[in-house]
Amino acid sequence: MIEFLQQLINGISLGAIYALIALGYTMVYGVLRFINFAHSDVFMLGAFVGYYAVKKLGVPVGGLAGGLLVLCLAMSICAIVGILIERLAYRPLRSRPTLSVLITAIGVSLLLQNLGQSVFGANPKAFPRLFPETNLHLGQLSITSNQLLVIAVSLVLLAGLHFIVHRTKTGTAMRALSFNATASSLVGINNDRIISFTFGLGSALAGAGGILYAMNYPSIDPLMGTMPGLKAFVAAVLGGVGSLPGAALGGLLIGLIETFVAGTGWSTYRDAVAFAILILILLLRPAGLLGKSRSDKV
Amino acid sequence: MLPRSQIVLLISLITAGIISASSSRIDDYILDVILGIGINIILAVSLNLINGFTGQFSLGHAGFMAVGAYAAGTLTTGPGKVWFDASGASPALLFPFVLFAGGLTAAVVGLAVGAPSLRLKGDYLAIVTLGFGEIIKVILQNIEWLGGSRGMVGIPSYTSFFWCFGAAAVTIYAAWALVNSTLGRGFLAVADDEIAAEAMGLNTTRYKIIAFVTGAFFAGIAGGLYAHLKGYISPAGFDFNKSIEIVVMVILGGMGRHVGVVIAVVLLTVLSEKLRDFGDKRMIVYSALLILLMLTRPQGLFTWKPARKAITG
Repeated sequence: MIEFLQQLINGISLGAIYALIALGYTMVYGVLRFINFAHSDVFMLGAFVGYYAVKKLGVPVGGLAGGLLVLCLAMSICAIVGILIERLAYRPLRSRPTLSVLITAIGVSLLLQNLGQSVFGANPKAFPRLFPETNLHLGQLSITSNQLLVIAVSLVLLAGLHFIVHRTKTGTAMRALSFNATASSLVGINNDRIISFTFGLGSALAGAGGILYAMNYPSIDPLMGTMPGLKAFVAAVLGGVGSLPGAALGGLLIGLIETFVAGTGWSTYRDAVAFAILILILLLRPAGLLGKSRSDKV
Repeated sequence: MLPRSQIVLLISLITAGIISASSSRIDDYILDVILGIGINIILAVSLNLINGFTGQFSLGHAGFMAVGAYAAGTLTTGPGKVWFDASGASPALLFPFVLFAGGLTAAVVGLAVGAPSLRLKGDYLAIVTLGFGEIIKVILQNIEWLGGSRGMVGIPSYTSFFWCFGAAAVTIYAAWALVNSTLGRGFLAVADDEIAAEAMGLNTTRYKIIAFVTGAFFAGIAGGLYAHLKGYISPAGFDFNKSIEIVVMVILGGMGRHVGVVIAVVLLTVLSEKLRDFGDKRMIVYSALLILLMLTRPQGLFTWKPARKAITG
C-alpha cells in the first residue's frame, strides 16, 4: 500500500510536468491545426535558461524568491522564443498546405537542438538546486519538497491558464479562433495577434515544465526535450487534441502509467509504453478521452 | 517486345553487373561513398512514394531501415546463421533472399505501425512514425541476442556494386510502375485531395497503407544492404537524424518526382561526405536548409514543371 501511494505521488508529479507541455501542443493545435514539433525544444530551452540564470547571471537561489524568479525568467524567455518562431517560420506559410508547416516545424526543432549542442555543449550539465529541499515523512511515505513544489506550481499555472482562456477577452478570442478562424476574423478578432499570444502562452508553460523537469531530473542536455515532448504529445492525443482539460488529464495519466510500469521491473521499456498507448488510442478512440470527434465539411 | 521501362531496367541491371565485375579497381573509399549513394537512392525513392506521391508524412524511415538491417543481419550473422549454413548454397546466391526477408520484416512492422495511424487524417502518421523511430531503438537496445546497445558486429560484406545498384534500379522501376498504375492514380488522388478522393469512392486508407508498406519494404532492403556493407550495425546508427536526412533528400529533390530525388541524393551524399569534418555543424546546416527550402522553394530545387496530379486540366 505504501509502495502504491509512493508511486502515486511520483506519478502525479511527473504527470503534472507532462500536462504542462501537453497544454502547449493542444493550444497550438487548437488555433493552427498542426503539431508544433519545436515545442519540445522550447521545453529544453526553459531548463537551460534556468541553468544559465543561476550560473552566469548569478540569481541567488536556495530561497523561495530566487527560485520563483528563475521560473518567471524561463517562462518569459520561452514565451518570446515561441512568438519569434511563429512569426519567422510559421506565419509566412500560413496559406500553404499543413505538410509544409509540419516540415518547417521539424526543421525548427532540429535547428534548436543542434544550435543547443554547439552553443550549450553536447555534454549533460548538472542543474543547480533552485529551492530549499527537504524530505517530508508521512508514516513510511517519503515526499520530497520538490515533488510538492512541482504539483503546486503546476496547479497554479493550470488555474492561471483556465482564468485566461475562460475569463478574459483574449481567451474568448482564442476560443473563437479555434472554433472557426474565418468567422473570428469577421467579428473583428486580429487572428495574427491571437496566434502569437497562443504561442507565447504555450511556450511559457513549456518553459515552466522545463524548469520543473530539471528540478526532479537534474541533468540537462540539448536533446532532453525529445522524449518528454513525445510523451506529452501522446498525452495530448490521449486527452483529445484541442481540449485543454483533456491535455491536463492525459498528462497525468501518462505520468502515472509510466511510473507504475517503471516500478514493475519493466523499467527499460518505460519509454515504449507511451508509444503503445498512442497506438491503442488511435485504434480505439482517435478523438481522445475528452475530445469531440469532428467530421470534415467541404 | 518488352515495354520501354523494362528495357531501361534490364540495361541498368546489366550495367550494374558489368561495373560490379571491375569494382575492385575502384578506390575503396570512393566505392564506399558510391555504394552509400545507392542505398540512399533506395531510401529516398521509397520514402518519396509515401511523402511525395501519396502526400503522407512519415518520419520513421530509419526505423524501418533498422528493422531490415537487423532482420537480414540475424540471418547471416545472428541466430539465423544456422539455417543459412545448413542450406549449403553459396552466400552470393542466398543474399537476395536475405535482403528480401529483411524487406518483408520491415513491411510487416510497417503494416503494424501504419494501419492504426493511416485510418486517420492529419498529422498522426508523423508523430506515430517519429515515436516508432525512437521506440525501435529502445527495443533493439534491450534484445540481448541482437547485441543490445553494443550492436551487431562481424556481418559479412556481401553488398557488392551489383546488389546495391541492382536493388536501386528495381526500387526506381517499382516506384515508377506503381505510380503509373491504377494504384498510383489512387496515391495521387489521396495526395491531391483526400476528401474528394473519398467522395469519389476510393478507399483512401487502403491506398495510404499500400504506399506506406511498400515504402517500408524497400527501406528494409536498404537496411539489409547497409548492414552487409558496413559490417556493423547498432541501434544508435538508425536515429532520428538519419530519418531527417532522407526526408531532406526527398524535399530537396521535390516531393513526388523521381529524377529530382535521385539528383538530390547524389548531391547530398557527396556534400555530407565533404562536411564530415564539421561534425555536429552538419546538422545545423541541414536543419537551416530545410526551413529555408520550405519558405522559398517548397516544390524542391530541381523542379520546373508543376507536380503531377491525378487529373490534369
